[in-house]
Amino acid sequence: MASAAQKRIKSISYAKYGYLFILPFFLVYFFFQLYPLINTFIVSFHGNGPGTEDFVGFENYKTLLFGGGRRESVISKSFYSSFKNTIILWFGNFIPQIALSLSLAVWFTEANLKIPGKGFFKVVMYLPNVITAASVAVLFLQLCGQSETNPGALNILLSKIGVVEQDATSGLYKTIPFVEGVWQSRGVVMFIQTWMWFGNTMIMLMSGIQGINPSLFEAASIDGASSGQVFRKITLPLLTPIMAYTLVTSMIGGLQMFDIPYLYHKGTAKNEEIRTIAVLIYDYFHAQLDENKMGYAGAASVLLFFVTLILGCISFYITRDKDEIAKKKQRKKIAKQLKQESKQFGGFSI
Amino acid sequence: MSKMKSVYGEPKDNYTFKIRMKSTILFIWFLFLTIVCLLPIYILIINATREHSQVANSISFIPGSHLVENFKSMSTNQNLKLAYNAFHGYKNSLFITVFSTFLTVFFSAMTAYGVHVYDFKLKEISYTVILLVMMVPVQVTSAGFVAFMADIKLTNTYWPLIVPAVAAPAVVYFMRSYMKSSFPLDIVEAARIDGCSEFRTFVSIAIPMMKPAIAVQAIFAFIASWNNFYTPNMILINVDLKKKTLPMMVSALQSSDKVKDLGLIYLAIALSILPIIIAYVLLSRFIIAGVALGGVKE
Repeated sequence: MASAAQKRIKSISYAKYGYLFILPFFLVYFFFQLYPLINTFIVSFHGNGPGTEDFVGFENYKTLLFGGGRRESVISKSFYSSFKNTIILWFGNFIPQIALSLSLAVWFTEANLKIPGKGFFKVVMYLPNVITAASVAVLFLQLCGQSETNPGALNILLSKIGVVEQDATSGLYKTIPFVEGVWQSRGVVMFIQTWMWFGNTMIMLMSGIQGINPSLFEAASIDGASSGQVFRKITLPLLTPIMAYTLVTSMIGGLQMFDIPYLYHKGTAKNEEIRTIAVLIYDYFHAQLDENKMGYAGAASVLLFFVTLILGCISFYITRDKDEIAKKKQRKKIAKQLKQESKQFGGFSI
Repeated sequence: MSKMKSVYGEPKDNYTFKIRMKSTILFIWFLFLTIVCLLPIYILIINATREHSQVANSISFIPGSHLVENFKSMSTNQNLKLAYNAFHGYKNSLFITVFSTFLTVFFSAMTAYGVHVYDFKLKEISYTVILLVMMVPVQVTSAGFVAFMADIKLTNTYWPLIVPAVAAPAVVYFMRSYMKSSFPLDIVEAARIDGCSEFRTFVSIAIPMMKPAIAVQAIFAFIASWNNFYTPNMILINVDLKKKTLPMMVSALQSSDKVKDLGLIYLAIALSILPIIIAYVLLSRFIIAGVALGGVKE
């Protein structure tokens, strides 16, 4: 029997402090993130324009996904085209980005190569990632944009190399429309995204490679493996989880692509070909009073939410702590065994 | 012995030569990538020092002599003044960024501490919720967020830009991982025995011990908040120029066709990214280390 004093000491619980410490986070979270998320669902079931108060059920989803009348099919079309644009832009930036980052990460971590200034290169390659994306978009707009009198920096540079020709008599350049052209503008946006993100991905992958047991590389080099073999047989298989993580986070990031597609167009003329899903949602809920499309914005957000949820679950599954789960299973097993053993003794614990 | 030589050649020379060759080629490739990374920024800075007609018709890699004039016309050009004001931009961006960075690191450390140190019933569930929340992109909640903020009349104020910084799940996750590896619970026990209150233990023992993690996360939170364009642009719907943040001003510059002076536009863009570049040059070592740490943990 425990004495009264012992009992009292045992009953001091610090649990309430735990709740107190995490309270501010959850308060702000419920108020500024969870309720807005619920509100997005609510908004998606309500009308557009002046009739935002009316409940319309699944009407908005139907319009976005299947169209209908003439006005509705325009909206449905722009929804699908923005979805398509998002996927095109994401592929166009992810494939060169992962190829570049992976090769750089491997080269940077190869111990026997003697390359001076590795630290400097790393710093420079990460630099584009910290610069304000809005400023980057406007900067590239200036560099790539052109008018009749002003060929723009990129076109001048290309004419120096000889890609763009200059008309001998009038002195005007036969410029490439990097802002107005469909694939040219997409290409520039893909380039900007790659330019901004390859340094980040490279450093992530590099730390992944450094986490691989170095004795594996040593053993391989003693056995006379070429660097290609080392990459295929050791680096790549052991890097799979972090690669998968990079893939999924990049997908989720790609769905949110906003700043650059939103700003990369001339003046007020919007470029429909680089309009992503995030830009579409923004345009819908930011439209002024009469053409307010809050309902459509909500419905598109909800659809985006489910896509993200699926991707998020995949990444959660990939990055889960396997050791922890194994330990938990073992603990449960032991507990079960103990319980059974105690049952054998008629429910009395020994 | 001799047979082996004939098959493999001079083993040592061959190896050294190969390595040297590969290193040289890679060095050139890295130099090329460096140029690609820096060229747009370099041209931006050079063009900011040049005159409109020079910028429009030629490209140069040598600084021009028009920087002072560009600065002067920044305060005289009427069209530019309608869209862009560097002083107010710096002030507003700094105000929002400093407060939200502070809230992010302080409350994230507090939440991570709460989950790590104490045992309570909802501990595991709440941590899982935090991890799940990490994945929800801001674009998804934004429609509901704006509608809600408009309902409670908080649009066009800074509150919705600063207060949500308290709940930063990714930072909590990082700090929890850091605590797991370098914050022994015995210290908390020792503090309790010495009669230290729980909150005081957190402020004067845990926070100093977590300085490295806090510094890294503060840098990232600062950069993210400074560069944020989406949230301010949707919350500050119709505010005066004096209340706009720097990225918003840059975007206003883009949508106004009236500013014709290219040197001036380049200068305005350069001013918007200059602070972040200076900060990056000073702190690059920590930033790179921080990104690498994030990669390992995840």
